[in-house]
Amino acid sequence: MAQIRIENVRKDFGAFNAVRSSTFTIEDGEFFMLLGPSGCGKTTTLRMMAGLELPTSGEIFIDGEEVGQKPASQRDIAFVFQMFALYPHMNVRGNISYPLKSQGMAKARIRQKVGEVAEILGITDILDRPVGGLSGGDRQRVALGRAIVRDPKAFFMDEPLGALDAEFREHMSEELRALHDRMGATTVYVTHDQLEAMQMGDKIVVMNHGVVEQFGVPQDIYDWPATKFVARFIGDPPMNFLDFDGAVSPGDGAVMLAETPVRMPDLVQGARGSLALGVRPEFVTLDDAAPLRGRIVATEYLGTTQIVTVETAHGRIKARLPSATAVRTGETTGLRLDPRTITLFDNATGLALHSRANEGVLSHG
Amino acid sequence: MSFSVTEPSPKTKWFAGVMVVGYAIVTLLPLIWIIATGFKSPADAISYPPKVIFEPTLEGYVNLFTERTRATPEMLEAAGPPETWYQEIVRGQDMVISGPSRYGARFLNSVIIGFGSTALCMILGTAAAYAFSRFRVPLKDDLLFFILSTRMMPPIAVAIPIFLMFRQIGLNDTHLGMILLYTAVNLSLSVWLLKGFIDEIPIEYEEAALIDGYTRFQAFYKVVLPQAATGIASTAIFCLIFAWNEYAFAVLLTSGTAQTAPPFIPTIIGVGGKDWPAVAAGATIFLVPVMIFTILLRKHLLRGITFGAVRK
Repeated sequence: MAQIRIENVRKDFGAFNAVRSSTFTIEDGEFFMLLGPSGCGKTTTLRMMAGLELPTSGEIFIDGEEVGQKPASQRDIAFVFQMFALYPHMNVRGNISYPLKSQGMAKARIRQKVGEVAEILGITDILDRPVGGLSGGDRQRVALGRAIVRDPKAFFMDEPLGALDAEFREHMSEELRALHDRMGATTVYVTHDQLEAMQMGDKIVVMNHGVVEQFGVPQDIYDWPATKFVARFIGDPPMNFLDFDGAVSPGDGAVMLAETPVRMPDLVQGARGSLALGVRPEFVTLDDAAPLRGRIVATEYLGTTQIVTVETAHGRIKARLPSATAVRTGETTGLRLDPRTITLFDNATGLALHSRANEGVLSHG
Repeated sequence: MSFSVTEPSPKTKWFAGVMVVGYAIVTLLPLIWIIATGFKSPADAISYPPKVIFEPTLEGYVNLFTERTRATPEMLEAAGPPETWYQEIVRGQDMVISGPSRYGARFLNSVIIGFGSTALCMILGTAAAYAFSRFRVPLKDDLLFFILSTRMMPPIAVAIPIFLMFRQIGLNDTHLGMILLYTAVNLSLSVWLLKGFIDEIPIEYEEAALIDGYTRFQAFYKVVLPQAATGIASTAIFCLIFAWNEYAFAVLLTSGTAQTAPPFIPTIIGVGGKDWPAVAAGATIFLVPVMIFTILLRKHLLRGITFGAVRK
């Protein structure tokens, strides 16, 4: 079990820059999510931690030891691949015992350890089966078994649920989280699925174009995105943006949208030019008395809630409302935005402006 | 009548069956004829019209493995009655056995050179293919094209330079020379075939092995090689068949010590040019090793030829 620290890690593939100067720390025992769209450098970052790629520059510490240029075999970590990568010429037992064999462990001891792991994962009955005929879930369990059997310092998982079908994913993600809670091992998990990341992770790093956009606990990242990218990437539907031109200065507690003041947390930072006001759909309510007006253009029924799209002078806005609320397309309505949840963004940099509400979250990320 | 996309109709099946049987007869007939000729007497072998029904004899095989001299009746008398069945067959032709023939030695040469070059070719080919498949090799595409280009002319086109080179460095009529030559000829095809097979093996297997605490070489040896067995087996068959059957270089570069069976077999026919059964017997036995090798590896061969055709 170990703390993992990434310092100014950079990776170039020829002229292509995959990861640009990442820095973050994964605490001992954390379930840590690397989240981002494909091509954002999250897998490369994970592979550098594992030693499958060597960083172009920067340092990687596992358990206090700098391992940046060490091969994977000397890092004492385990890796679960997206396609499982079970050795096809070995049976389940062979696969799980393979990492122990490399350590020269005695046969009887290997048998015992494999038995214990199989017990934990509930795969005792398939130990002597070839891996070829196994179901996706069983393969996943065997891959996990191979990872946990030798008590590594950390587990690295590259979209381990990506190859499973939706129904089973849910089940496996619970199983995975339970396994982590039981073992308490540091786990780094790569995913492009923001729901998966928020569901399972203790902490999330959001990456884009090789850059760490934000780093923190899921709720902070959801509530107080540091950049427009994070605000858009996390949440479904994503955060709404109302674009406007203007200037704000520290201490401001409201902005003018369509000639009406919209209240928000007091700013501690000023900006001018093209700005955007961000608000999550669940903090938008329809209220005929509200001065901010818009026309309802679409509704999507989702069971317990509905998503209502409203056209305003500053762009479209989506609201998540209870299904029971009666809404008619084409009607003009007033919009009320919960002032406590609003974040302002500078469109030029894409960064969130610091306010009383988010400065605690943003200053450490 | 119902139609199915996957299941051929009975008529199609019947037609396919006829085609397969017809093709089998066409390809197998020469083979059957050679095997049959091996058991004929010299007279039956050249009789016209050709004999399909004949009295089998082992004369051809005895002649293949022995050197014989013609003997006068007095000499036959003095030699006493034949002690073995093969002596009896030779006596029937008014001859006595003067010693073993050179066929055994030539056959052994073929085995050494054929399997030796195949093994060397597999070792070098697998290593090169792995490197081309996995590592960033500078000028990779150009190198691969260059390797393939060595097969763009018939190998025999360079026979004279090779003959001169071999004579200069003393590789003429040596096992080593022939092994190196056949390896050189086969290597380009091997690298290309094996690279294709290794490309198909997901790199994650090796990475998993690296994570599991193995070195790169161990990962190659313990994980990649077993996965590539199919490709190695089918490539080995192609290499062995080439080296085993090669005639032109063997005629040119070997005469004694390292002579392989192909250039030797035609000489069995003898001065009179009528010992066809012995030639056929020599050819029949010559077929056996490749046949065994192919049968042993046929499961791999079938999988190998269609490998990668369908992505799973």
